[in-house]
Amino acid sequence: MTLASTIQQLCFLVLAAVVVVGALGVVLLPNIVYSAFLLGGVFLGVAGLYLLLNASFVAAAQILVYVGAVNVLILFAIMLVNKKENLAAIPGLLLRRLLSGGVCAGLFVLLLRVAFTTHWALPGPLPVGEEATIRIGEHLFSDYLLPFELASVLLLMAMIGAIVLARRDVYSSDVITGEPVDQGLIEKTRTPLLIDPSAATAAGAQPLLETTP
Amino acid sequence: MSADPRAATEAVTIVLGTSIPLQAYLAVAALLFCTGVWGLINSRNAVRVLMSIELMLNAVNINLMAFSDYLDGQLIRGQVFAIFVITVAAAEAAVGLAILLSLYRNRETVDMERFNLLRW
Repeated sequence: MTLASTIQQLCFLVLAAVVVVGALGVVLLPNIVYSAFLLGGVFLGVAGLYLLLNASFVAAAQILVYVGAVNVLILFAIMLVNKKENLAAIPGLLLRRLLSGGVCAGLFVLLLRVAFTTHWALPGPLPVGEEATIRIGEHLFSDYLLPFELASVLLLMAMIGAIVLARRDVYSSDVITGEPVDQGLIEKTRTPLLIDPSAATAAGAQPLLETTP
Repeated sequence: MSADPRAATEAVTIVLGTSIPLQAYLAVAALLFCTGVWGLINSRNAVRVLMSIELMLNAVNINLMAFSDYLDGQLIRGQVFAIFVITVAAAEAAVGLAILLSLYRNRETVDMERFNLLRW
């Protein structure tokens, strides 16, 4: 065993411990702000695992997209919806947790059994190493061109959809029929559909994303 | 002259590639996935449900990257797939959080047990 491989195994063990402990913290910690920051740690640990797997480009993409975008988005969502609320007790919560824990443990054992009993075609071809970025670029512009373009369309659709879902404009007249809209909606004396009237009067704090019509 | 460094590099690559077994990556990914599933089932907070989904997507990505490096070292199609998964995950997070904000505006809560409008 050479020194390099020892260091590599050490790095793998540390990163795996960070990922697993962080994931458990994300799921189990009662404070959701801590969970969000631990989730960033998990993403960084996964990026380190990608570096161990000779994939520097995907590791950079992981850090940029997950830590830079998704985690920040989750933190913003926590800030927007962070209201102290006492969750109503559910009957049989402990039983439910134990049962789902058993199911997940069974799934884990099944996955481990598949991983350790399958005869993988090892050793495979030599890894390309630092040429991985070049290969990914060739893939994206030759045989994966259609999924690449579809991904851009998907991102555009997701952006528009997120804006439409999160904004709160009330038009003064119906877009399709042209009929005037209920005046109570415009003046915000009445909240839109689906709401529980008792909860609506009790809740003073409105979310931040309001726009005036 | 130029063949020797390349052979040495290949030897180093072989050593580096085999020092960690493939199954170790698969085990970490399986543990991460099962943690995500458990959190998805048991979370009361809707934001935590979204975080659990991200955990599961990351577990799948680890699998893809491990297979790409160990079994498909020349073509690395797994890395391309992982990039697409990252793209879809970003779109999913944006839309999911927008839905969550809309839900919070209508129900004034993030408790998953109270999002029961579509329950029979």
